Amino acid sequence: MDAIHGFGIFFVKKTVMEEKKYDVIVLGGGAAGMTAGIYLGRSKVSAVILDSATIGGQMVLTYEIANYPGIPSTTGYQLSSAMKKQARSFGCDVKANVKISSLQLNGAEKSVVVEGGVVYKAPAIILATGGRSRMLNVPGEKEFKGRGISYCATCDGDFFQDKNIIVVGGGNSALEEAVALTKYASKVTILHEFDHFQAFEHAVEAAKANPKIDFIMESHITEFSGDESLRKVKYKNLKTGEETEKAIDGVFIFIGYEANTDALKNTDVELNTYGEIVANDKMETNIPGVFTAGDCRSKQFRQITTAVADGTIAALNAIGYINAG
Amino acid sequence: MVLPTNLKHVATEDEYNEILKNHENVMICCGRMGPMCVPVYDVMEDLQEEYKHVEFRDMLFDSPHAHVIRNLPQCRGFMGLPFTVYYKNGEVVAATSSIQSQEQITEILDREFGK
Ligand SMILES: Cc1cc2nc3c(=O)[nH]c(=O)nc-3n(C[C@H](O)[C@H](O)[C@H](O)COP(=O)(O)OP(=O)(O)OC[C@H]3O[C@@H](n4cnc5c(N)ncnc54)[C@H](O)[C@@H]3O)c2cc1C
Repeated sequence: MDAIHGFGIFFVKKTVMEEKKYDVIVLGGGAAGMTAGIYLGRSKVSAVILDSATIGGQMVLTYEIANYPGIPSTTGYQLSSAMKKQARSFGCDVKANVKISSLQLNGAEKSVVVEGGVVYKAPAIILATGGRSRMLNVPGEKEFKGRGISYCATCDGDFFQDKNIIVVGGGNSALEEAVALTKYASKVTILHEFDHFQAFEHAVEAAKANPKIDFIMESHITEFSGDESLRKVKYKNLKTGEETEKAIDGVFIFIGYEANTDALKNTDVELNTYGEIVANDKMETNIPGVFTAGDCRSKQFRQITTAVADGTIAALNAIGYINAG
Repeated sequence: MVLPTNLKHVATEDEYNEILKNHENVMICCGRMGPMCVPVYDVMEDLQEEYKHVEFRDMLFDSPHAHVIRNLPQCRGFMGLPFTVYYKNGEVVAATSSIQSQEQITEILDREFGK
């Protein structure tokens, strides 16, 4: 980077940049990132959590969490608020809705440049950017979000009382949510791109046994249309190429998750074919001083407990790394 | 009946009318504590400092008083929580359904209420 240093302020292409130095930067404030923040703060290591959206990550997508040990039942909002408070109480800075314009991960000093003229610098960084729901990315999807298209059955199911809806997807979430939505909808059509489901047998059986559910297989949606609300979808049979228009009141989309690693594509961090970060069991990536934790890394089980475990390991190894000089 | 957020709330229809009468620029997010709503409350919480000329409030969607928002003509066709409504001098100037990003929210705030 073309930079002139001076008293914590430097200039890049005529923009005055404010420089903030920490021992560790944590990218992502979900369960993994916040756990790392708690461990770093408690070890008196200066740390900042930078999140490009809401602190809490996927936890806030969850109404009820019943499998977090020691807490029989809580909401995602409560658990995430408690973690945020805990991280801050140990002195970790937490910043939400930060727009990251560039990342520099090689070398002894890592840097994160943020829109608005701040550059965060640290000898170690923990990548804890998690995952997100996939979108279909077809015409009309953005326009009708909230006007007939939904990604959350628990949130919006009751708007579809006695309505005719489609559930897109063929995994456990799609099938389980389709069954749950029959509580409201008069008819639920599951539309899936393959000729088989990628779900547990009991989920498939429950959907097949439900009289309100029918199936459109080997097809995908090509367009959403309507007026003030969604009225129609077009879908294409992937085998025959035939396109069909169907009148519909609502569409729920559950087509899986992907790792939030787009920002890393221009860096040297090793990603696998699914775009997930590759790390060893110390949460070390292929770049010295760059650690990872949580759902953004290649691993078998994606849960809050596993994210928390990763965050702990990454933080403790990051501390070891900076102490080793 | 109010939401367990860190925002100021609108609990009743009377309070709603008072707020609209006494503040030029108002943003009310009417929802529950679900995954589409919480991120909007979080963004509002963050923006309060910067947009001091805007009154930020939330309202529980399931409260009987929330009919003042649920039945707005501008919310007709909405089928996703939260319903977020922006008011200038008591009049609705914008309304959105479902989750919105900070960028989408600030775009409306800047357009309708200025920076
Ligand atoms: C609907 C749903 C229900 C679930 N239910 C449960 C359950 O009951 N029990 C359970 O244990 N697990 C559950 N899970 C899984 C669990 O929520 C996740 O495994 C866990 O929260 C992952 O945490 P994380 O910190 O790795 O990632 P995330 O929670 O995804 O957090 C990552 C954070 O990084 C931020 N980010 C993304 N990109 C960037 C970037 N470039 N720069 C900066 N920040 C970035 C995101 O905004 C986000 O806040 C559920 C998941 C979902 C979606």
